[in-house]
Amino acid sequence: MAVVAGRAGDILVVDVAPRRRRVPWPLVLPAIPVAIAVVAALLAPWIAPYSPTSGNLAARLRPPAWADGAVPGRLLGTDLLGRDLLSRLVWGARISLLIALSATLIGAAVGSLIGLVTGYYRGRVDRVLTKLIDIQLAFPFVLLAIAVIAVAGPSIPVLVVVLAIGAWVGHARIVRGLVLSLRERDYVQAAHALGAATPRILFRHLLPEILSLIIVLATFDVGRIIILESTLSFLGLGVQPPTPSWGSDLRDASTYVRQAWWTATFPGLAIMIVVLGLNLVGDALRDALDPRTVKPRGRT
Amino acid sequence: MLQYTLRKLLHTGLVALGVVTLVFIALRASGDPAATMLPGDASVEELTALRRELGLDRPLHIQYARFLAGAVTGDFGTSFRHQQPALPLVLERLPATLELAFAALALAVAAALPLGIVAALRRGRLADVLAMGFAVVGQATPYFWMGIMLILVVSVELGWLPTSGRGGWEHIVLPAITLGTHFAASLARLTRTSMLEVLGQNYVTTARAKGLAERRVILVHALKNAAVPVVTLIGLQFGTLLGGAVVTETIFAWPGVGRLAVQSIFVRDYPVVQAGVLVLALTFVAINLFVDLLYGYLDPRIRTEVA
Repeated sequence: MAVVAGRAGDILVVDVAPRRRRVPWPLVLPAIPVAIAVVAALLAPWIAPYSPTSGNLAARLRPPAWADGAVPGRLLGTDLLGRDLLSRLVWGARISLLIALSATLIGAAVGSLIGLVTGYYRGRVDRVLTKLIDIQLAFPFVLLAIAVIAVAGPSIPVLVVVLAIGAWVGHARIVRGLVLSLRERDYVQAAHALGAATPRILFRHLLPEILSLIIVLATFDVGRIIILESTLSFLGLGVQPPTPSWGSDLRDASTYVRQAWWTATFPGLAIMIVVLGLNLVGDALRDALDPRTVKPRGRT
Repeated sequence: MLQYTLRKLLHTGLVALGVVTLVFIALRASGDPAATMLPGDASVEELTALRRELGLDRPLHIQYARFLAGAVTGDFGTSFRHQQPALPLVLERLPATLELAFAALALAVAAALPLGIVAALRRGRLADVLAMGFAVVGQATPYFWMGIMLILVVSVELGWLPTSGRGGWEHIVLPAITLGTHFAASLARLTRTSMLEVLGQNYVTTARAKGLAERRVILVHALKNAAVPVVTLIGLQFGTLLGGAVVTETIFAWPGVGRLAVQSIFVRDYPVVQAGVLVLALTFVAINLFVDLLYGYLDPRIRTEVA
């Protein structure tokens, strides 16, 4: 609690020291699994107990440590080639997060820039863009990805570009909508009247206003893209073996899941928990940043 | 209604043209199809011959015109693997894909509406927490992993349902659950929000004040109005189901268009990939047109809206 004390004719004495901030649990709790995945991704070479790519053929398809027949030191068991599952998960976090973050950054930057410019200028460019967005939305994304990857071949750079193509539309559409209404506000009109150059209006006045929303959108995008990447990798159109990624590990595991349930269970759990965390962080951020979604009408 | 229908038809024509163009760009700009189709050790002569055969040596605008003409007349070339025209091969499998998508849709709606309504009515109580818990977890679960886990538990461990293939009703249960869960999750969340909004409206209070049975107030007065955004989402999301069908078909060896298209990528059967992607995309465009026309019929206000 801030205690404000004042004497007549004196300066205000503001005592802020005893203020105790409440921990925002809805934001902190789901952020924990996300943080663990990020740490695993960053420190993979140091914390993974074994190599993710070289296996021990004498220890193939061993179950997790708590099951019968486990080998010591292999906490989550081994796969068909005797590779340590935990180590592959840790290294897989690196690939999966790297791809998802790069694609989100590119998609958000390109989409927001296009949304800013077309929303501000309106006119013909804007009409063409709206049609383009309509067309892309009239197209199941997985199909577009299949078409591109069928010709370009599966590789990580291709994957990042394809996923970014899937991400830009949402940002462009929402940013454009916001800018359309913001550009009529007094402070924007004032900046214009004062002779501010358009880039200055766009990046110093409009962008800060919508940045928080872009961040919320991007948080949801990272989760969505992790799922898309793992889906494409699962189909064999994404990350290629022996590079560890959660989706391609599941592709391998699905062929011998009857003999080794753990090989298919843990990579999927990793995806689910991290995406769940990201979605809940996104929800919490949106509630915190956007006054329109405050409680009375219920959280969605 | 006629004017509205014509406007929607024109719009759909434009979108379809855009979709075909997008496929053309995706297939041509991302690499050389001839190089993709031939094995790695093919000679330059073979490559040149195939490029000529496919018309890839022509200027880009001529290639585009041919591609458009092919799309309109249904000529996508001949499948290398099956040695027959690509389009009939794809169309033959379309009913299986649609069957799966509609089964998933039906299942999702049947699960999501009650969940969303109960969550809204019991807001903040245990039922709400459980229903929304299901929804957020469902939204975070990848299709394919859910399919693998269902096969592992329901088919392999319990032996209740077959693991793959198409046949009687028991074959479609697991694929439909796999494909429908994600959709059911977002639908349940939207139904809840939409119901909460409607339940606070004056006409609901009026209905209650008139002494109507609570059941009637909820199911007729509230749900009917809350349904508008829900129906919109169903229309919008159908394409996602067609995309998800690609994955689901692969897991359950369901003989649909998606599985055919993915398999064709690995055997470099380029005409079939092209036909499969276009057929699915245009199916989605057609379904969107149908949904739009349905709105115009259901809600006359939409018809008079300025395009």
